[in-house]
Amino acid sequence: MRKLIAIALLGCATLANAQTVLIRGATVHTVGEQGVLTNADVLIRDGKIAAVGSGLSAPADATTVDAKGRALTPGLFGGLSAIGVEEVSLEPTTADAGIILNAPPFEMQWRPEFDVTAAYNPRSVLVPVARVEGLTWTVLAPASAEGGTFVAGQGAAVTLDGRYDAVLTGSRSLFINLGGNANGMSAGSRAGQWMLLDQAIRETRSPNAQDEHLLLHPAGREALAKYLAGGRVVFGVARAAEIRRVIAFAKRYGMKPVIAGGAEAWVVADELAREKVPVLLDALENLPYSFDGIGARLDNAALLQRAGVRIAFTQFNESHNARKVRQLAGNAVAHGLPKDAALAALTVQPAEIFGLAGERGRIARGQVADLVLWNGDPLEVTSAADQVWIAGRPVEMRSRQTELRERYLNGCSRL
Amino acid sequence: MRKIRTLLCCALLIGACASPPPQNNQQDKQAELVAVPPEPLNPYPSTYRAGTATTTLIRGATVLTGTGARLDNADVLIANGKIEAVGPNLSAPAGARVIDASGRWVTPGLIDVHSHLGVYPSPGVNAHSDGNEATDPVTANVWSEHGIWPQDPGFQTALEGGITSLQILPGSANLIGGRAVTLKNVPATTYQAMKFPNAPQGLKMACGENPKRVYGGQMRAPSTRMGNVAGYRQAFADAQDYREQWRKYERDVAEYQKKGAEKKDKKDSEEADEPPVPPKRDLKLETLAGAMNGDIRVHIHCYRSDEMAIMVDLSKEFGFKISAFHHAIEAYKIADLLAANGVCGAEWADWWGSKMEMFDGIQENIALTDLPQGGCAIVHSDSDEGIQRLNQEAGKAMSRGNRVGLNIAPERAIRWLTANPARALGIDQFTGTLEQGKMADVVIWNGTPFSVYALAEQVFVDGQLEFDRANPSPQPRSDFLLGQPGAGAQP
Repeated sequence: MRKLIAIALLGCATLANAQTVLIRGATVHTVGEQGVLTNADVLIRDGKIAAVGSGLSAPADATTVDAKGRALTPGLFGGLSAIGVEEVSLEPTTADAGIILNAPPFEMQWRPEFDVTAAYNPRSVLVPVARVEGLTWTVLAPASAEGGTFVAGQGAAVTLDGRYDAVLTGSRSLFINLGGNANGMSAGSRAGQWMLLDQAIRETRSPNAQDEHLLLHPAGREALAKYLAGGRVVFGVARAAEIRRVIAFAKRYGMKPVIAGGAEAWVVADELAREKVPVLLDALENLPYSFDGIGARLDNAALLQRAGVRIAFTQFNESHNARKVRQLAGNAVAHGLPKDAALAALTVQPAEIFGLAGERGRIARGQVADLVLWNGDPLEVTSAADQVWIAGRPVEMRSRQTELRERYLNGCSRL
Repeated sequence: MRKIRTLLCCALLIGACASPPPQNNQQDKQAELVAVPPEPLNPYPSTYRAGTATTTLIRGATVLTGTGARLDNADVLIANGKIEAVGPNLSAPAGARVIDASGRWVTPGLIDVHSHLGVYPSPGVNAHSDGNEATDPVTANVWSEHGIWPQDPGFQTALEGGITSLQILPGSANLIGGRAVTLKNVPATTYQAMKFPNAPQGLKMACGENPKRVYGGQMRAPSTRMGNVAGYRQAFADAQDYREQWRKYERDVAEYQKKGAEKKDKKDSEEADEPPVPPKRDLKLETLAGAMNGDIRVHIHCYRSDEMAIMVDLSKEFGFKISAFHHAIEAYKIADLLAANGVCGAEWADWWGSKMEMFDGIQENIALTDLPQGGCAIVHSDSDEGIQRLNQEAGKAMSRGNRVGLNIAPERAIRWLTANPARALGIDQFTGTLEQGKMADVVIWNGTPFSVYALAEQVFVDGQLEFDRANPSPQPRSDFLLGQPGAGAQP
């Protein structure tokens, strides 16, 4: 463990290039105890936030940025995505989010050892497109597709600064997708999902099991065992009854559950709060898209937050336009969520959920310097990021889209 | 335009247009002729009736009229379901409801040119999949209106987002997917009761990946973009032939009637000639002929600039007019071409990349489509989520345009979701702007509509208050949501 951290830091150091930056006169949304500081300064050194306060003096080697009162926030969470894992969703040679074994139900195979982060390409054009909009990290989530399995595999958080070794230590999670949409992967019944999960746990607990119909390979049993020892498991689930079942299941087997989707989470908000189970949700989901999500409503986020549930925003199956996650937060505010809670649900809350809050999600001394300077209200659709820093380095505010824009803005259509 | 429509209407509706009432021994045969119009004017007529609207004065708002004007501290007077006046210090007629809208913004009701509500409704179960007749690449004979489930809860949530009119299209699996319909967004148990009176129908066509993927995957044509274009061309060539058959029939009828009249004059007693036999009706070709006539508006799902240019040539080859390219991810590359041909670009603010033909999307697309003289940008949704916040999509597009120096004011941007879609749908003489005599389709917003915090407070359709955020309990909800515990999108 210690060794892994050391390697990660080494990777940082080569990229971070030990820049010192003083951002002066910002409206600093610390998303921490200090709340919002007006006319405040933030000092970045060696990729970290070295100081937050007013009237900080610039070290001799510092580059100074005059924020002119603009909003400065922590770098935003890009949600669960496949950024860098799929380039063009409908082109199979570029889409690596899930594995499809096409096993018939009677000889089903699970591969929880599948780890989608091995497909991550930091040079994907999606990375800068997300980054210039203030998204500094995302959680790569494996997908369950038709012919695949509802235990989708493992994913983890990655920083979006373009480094190769982008996985953020401590964020690895198992992803399990339940409910009616997964019926085709559980022989036609959602009850079959619990039956199969129980079987997988049995296999994991008796590693010498010999049976031609085992769900898991030895590597899969090993992978699953880690999650049975307090690992984080993200359950894609919408229906209130199933959310309760997830809570009970996770408790019984020692997993740390996270609800993803949770269209009806508000119905069981008190239980989620009591059991400290967080929810990753799409705040725009208000239609009964399926019989699993009949209770979908726009104030889901506000109701959960009021009940004391930790929430974070995400879209589902949306990597190219991951930047829209900000709009989710703004709409949640329009439907009753306090503004500071909405910003937290894009920063410190997802960092907490994925075990990264010690390093990310707030503007505080010692945090990794992932920062965004905005030209307006950070949650407003008409605002944009003026400058993004990741691990203390200013991001080049360019992407394939800005290049296209500039080519055609200058009348290069050659009609 | 209007002339062409009238002319070809006569060609198709020979019976309806036909000459003096038949007499004498010609009578029976003439009557037969009259009884066989190839397409009855309106076989599935609108039964929409505007309610009896209270006279309403909206006072002291920031008004974006949709004509390009912004009036601060202005009033809007609604009477008899129509816009009666817009301006400062209007006086309230006796008995009028007066709404204090100070600090509020007022816009025309929003119009979405691209929706699949009702044909791909919520819940999205198999039984509700009624948007793509993906059994043949040319299904110009199907009408989206015959697949609409009026109980889709998405209609109500769209209303809560200020949508007062919307076009429901068939999907994009086919080269020619069928006819589209424009609705007024009012709750109803039949689609006819939502059907926008006197709105022309649309024709949905699709470029690119979808048709060739759907049919190529079945080892049928089209499997390439070449096959796509060949498919459109053959279909329209057939329609030209069909139209010629009807024109010939029209000439034969005229000749027959002339002969009949001559015989009558001569008091000729000999046996009458057999009347001409009309061509067999073909529902596919009838639709395409309607598009060539200008009776049916052509809406084309098309992403790439090069394909849009091909479709413009196709439209010239067969003499139809393209109303709008939908999605038009690369419209910014050919904005001048679109403007020169009077074609609107109906686009998303920022969605891109899920298909190869969407790879070049940029956030300035809408603003750049709108930039040339005569440019016509439209913000569309193609989504039951997006349709609830077209105003926010416009806010994104406007701000991205302004970020590259285009100086787009709110009074211009509002046209992207009001006047411009009304133009593309051919309903601009009825709605889309706040001008005297137009339908009183009006939204009162809690502030600037181009904000993530914007909420429609009150939505009027033909002057009737159809949604009131402050008083949501009596709002109509889909039958589907009744008795479903916890169900119902909260406004």
